[in-house]
Amino acid sequence: MQYLWRTPGSRTAPEEASPIGPPPLEIRGLTVAYHRRPVLWNVDYAAPPGGLIAVVGPNGAGKSTLIKACLGLVPSVSGSVEVFGRPIAKQRRLIGYVPQRESVDWDFPVSALDVVAMGRYGKIGWFRPVTRAHKEAALHALERVGMADFAKRQIGQLSGGQQQRVFLARALAQEAQLYFMDEPFAGVDAATERAVLQVLRDLDAAGRTVICVHHDLQTVSDYFDHALLLNTRVVAQGPVARVMTPDLLSRTYGGRPMPAPAALGAFGAEAS
Amino acid sequence: MMPDVQEFLQIDAPALLAAVLACAACALVGNFLVLRRQGMMGDAVSHAILPGIVGGFLVAGTRETLPMMLGALAAAALAGLLIEAVRRLGRLESGAAMGVVFTVMFAAGVVMIEQASAGGIDLDADCVLYGQLETILWLAPTGWASLADPAVWAALPREVLTLAAVFALCVALVGLFYKELKITTFDPALASTLGIPAGLFHYGVVLLVAATAIAAFEAVGSILVIAMLIAPPAAARLLTDRLAAQILLSVALGVLAALVGYGAAAFGPMLLGASHSLNAAGMIAVASGLILALAVLFGPRHGLLGRRRAVGRLRAAPGFVAPEAQKP
Amino acid sequence: MIDPMFEEALRILTFQSGFNSAVVVAGTAALGLAGGTVGTFLLLRRRALVSDALSHATLPGIAVAFLVGAALGLPERSLPLLLAGAVASGVVGLLTVQALSRFTRLTEDSAIGAVLSVFFGLGVVLLSVIQNLELGGQAGLKTFILGQTAAMAQGEAIAIGLLAAGAALAVALLFKELRVLAFDPGFAAVQGWPVGALDLALMGLATLVTVIGLQTVGLILVVALLIIPPAAARFWTDRLPALTLIAAVIGALSGWLGATLSALLPKLPAGAVIVLVAGGFFLLSFLFAPARGLVAAALRQGRLRLTFAERRALTDLLDGRPAESSVALWLRLRGYIQDGALTAAGQTAARAAARDRRLWERFLADYPALLPAHANWGVDPIDSVLPGDMVRLLEERSAPS
Repeated sequence: MQYLWRTPGSRTAPEEASPIGPPPLEIRGLTVAYHRRPVLWNVDYAAPPGGLIAVVGPNGAGKSTLIKACLGLVPSVSGSVEVFGRPIAKQRRLIGYVPQRESVDWDFPVSALDVVAMGRYGKIGWFRPVTRAHKEAALHALERVGMADFAKRQIGQLSGGQQQRVFLARALAQEAQLYFMDEPFAGVDAATERAVLQVLRDLDAAGRTVICVHHDLQTVSDYFDHALLLNTRVVAQGPVARVMTPDLLSRTYGGRPMPAPAALGAFGAEAS
Repeated sequence: MMPDVQEFLQIDAPALLAAVLACAACALVGNFLVLRRQGMMGDAVSHAILPGIVGGFLVAGTRETLPMMLGALAAAALAGLLIEAVRRLGRLESGAAMGVVFTVMFAAGVVMIEQASAGGIDLDADCVLYGQLETILWLAPTGWASLADPAVWAALPREVLTLAAVFALCVALVGLFYKELKITTFDPALASTLGIPAGLFHYGVVLLVAATAIAAFEAVGSILVIAMLIAPPAAARLLTDRLAAQILLSVALGVLAALVGYGAAAFGPMLLGASHSLNAAGMIAVASGLILALAVLFGPRHGLLGRRRAVGRLRAAPGFVAPEAQKP
Repeated sequence: MIDPMFEEALRILTFQSGFNSAVVVAGTAALGLAGGTVGTFLLLRRRALVSDALSHATLPGIAVAFLVGAALGLPERSLPLLLAGAVASGVVGLLTVQALSRFTRLTEDSAIGAVLSVFFGLGVVLLSVIQNLELGGQAGLKTFILGQTAAMAQGEAIAIGLLAAGAALAVALLFKELRVLAFDPGFAAVQGWPVGALDLALMGLATLVTVIGLQTVGLILVVALLIIPPAAARFWTDRLPALTLIAAVIGALSGWLGATLSALLPKLPAGAVIVLVAGGFFLLSFLFAPARGLVAAALRQGRLRLTFAERRALTDLLDGRPAESSVALWLRLRGYIQDGALTAAGQTAARAAARDRRLWERFLADYPALLPAHANWGVDPIDSVLPGDMVRLLEERSAPS
């Protein structure tokens, strides 16, 4: 028995997904507001099938909110999100998620292997225990991020980079088609950065789509194929070569203010 | 002066059984409160059930257990929903939300009790707080030999049977939903993306705590319920880093507290030559507090003294740089 | 039946029902006032439930003080002694909570729960010792658990009122310092404010309110005096001075009305009545306060969703795409569409919506740094948010070239 609200059809969806099929992720008119202040405004986006996509933008641009809204973790004011042509609630098994490291309690009494095995829960379903096969899949995922030696370690005893790799291994164990990752490169050591990158490239080679919130502008072009420049609304989107231009970036980061009319002085001061 | 066997079996054994079962059940579900940082939910729920108990009693007009339990369960569910509503919709921190809801509901219960007693019905806020462990009697056994007779076991007091059933329910539910409880406690966002209803499990835990508290309060009182929901799991938390081990250990520590506390309350004064026994529920709470204190001081890796030793070893070790903080 | 009771209520409310009841009502109102002011800062420091551990932890101290009094041969229960015991063990409980959450991996909620139940358990054990010793005057101890105003002597009520007024005054004097503490303790520490001492002062005031509230409200419910008034006030305002003031008023009103009610209905425990009155204020605020109340928030959220859905549907129709059926019904009701096509009014509204969207888009692209100053950007019509010069500028820039 699988977890609730999943239609039988979605099991076959990944095989059906082809270059001419529905895009891995399609966002239409997504607006998210906390109280009356919009955080995301009329976001329209269709992710190309396969490939590594960076979501880039300044602090407070709504990058994490975009991912959370796509996953249904924060309510939206308007708009729709579809994964491979269907609402996300029906496609949960096709989605993997790597949240920010701070989002969980690392003091929790579980081992690295336990955490990675959680990625399999969606496949295991109600009442069934975590079998040996699932544990082996989890261990294999840990191997892929170079963490097999730490499988039995309580997660609080791992370094920040190791914790990030455990989260990544958990996403691998989910065996999803579309991955959402919230700053997987944030605050990690060089070894972890290499491991994360290797995983991203493996996923790309396997035809998966990865949507990654990324903060380091220097590495976007090296690590990713596509970029989505976000500052509350979509500033630009497309292949990195076309999007990561000084002009578009300065528009995203508001670094090149337009000459302000005289009347604006008053609330320019208000804003600062 | 030691009590004779019949007296022990008729008076102490049922009370001890009730205390052990109550402590085991509370400790078991308490793990999930402690890990979810909702330790005060036990406090809130065990206070908030009061109007439900009195309401069930007023509606049914008797001291039957079933209507009171149903009322209490309804009140607990209401409290859980209200706390969540005040926290989310009112944007108040969860501690304040609980504080508002449980004090108002408890106050309503107290007023309802006074109204009921004005109608000549005897119900007491005290018994809700302290329980009536001492009044649980098992009249069937006459000696060790009589325990072989199934009829004697069939005549176990109702409180003990209820607690046994609730303990079994807790074990069954935690066993069945172990991995879902684990993931919704550790990472509710991931659980939601996997299709596991994290919100439902939040209420499920609250209701299970409520059911345990309701079954237990009659025998041991709500204060002991709060102590048992938190102190044994908290102590176990300091002794191990594995969830399954923590759960088993907490149940064992809960049982230990029940045995030590009851023993100290019932037989301690006698050993000192006094004739009266002390309040057993209170003593069990104190015992659980002592166990927690020992775990805080002497826990191997997370205890204060153990940690100091570990840091000492680390300092002595070659290549020492700085002790890593245990707590973020 | 009702009339004489109503008259009696009026007399008590207006302090004309004898000196004693007037003193008790005024003292309780002062207690509520102090609870509201001190509680505001506890709420903002997220320490609301710490005071629950504190109040439960007073029981063993009260019991020990009673035993000490009996051993010393004091004739009756001596209130100052009992309250001194309450303060002592309450402070021990408070320090235990802080030590547990600071030096162990336990979180504060677990520390609070463990301390309040274990200390209360110890108190219950000590009460059973007292019961067994068959000392005189022990009946009075039970009033500390659920509270009783009827038993309050005049002198006690006056003392409570004065101490409570003192606590409220202390908050008023320390207002600036407490504001810094509540807002950003880290910053305050860096700036050289004595954060530790201020925290201690705040907890000291909370202890004072708790202990003087024991007699009136009882130790189980006294925490409500510190939590409910500020929690209710939170729905009315986002400004700290107003918050403190409203919390003080709600607290004082709860104490005043509650003490009056319990004077009329002496059988009901005063603490429970006061808490229920406070709970009533909370419920009213939670539902109907215009700033953050539930009804207002739901209306705002619903309007926001509807506005966005309507604009989207209108611009879709303008571009020749059909609107969703749920929104179409709404548009028909507003007279914007007829037989699936835009009416004249609908045309106007759709063009306005399209223009709004275009201009806001332009604003976002050109002045992202200005957004935080305009809370309602993108939601309200642009002309009502931005000055005319700005809108004209955006018009020029966004005009199709």
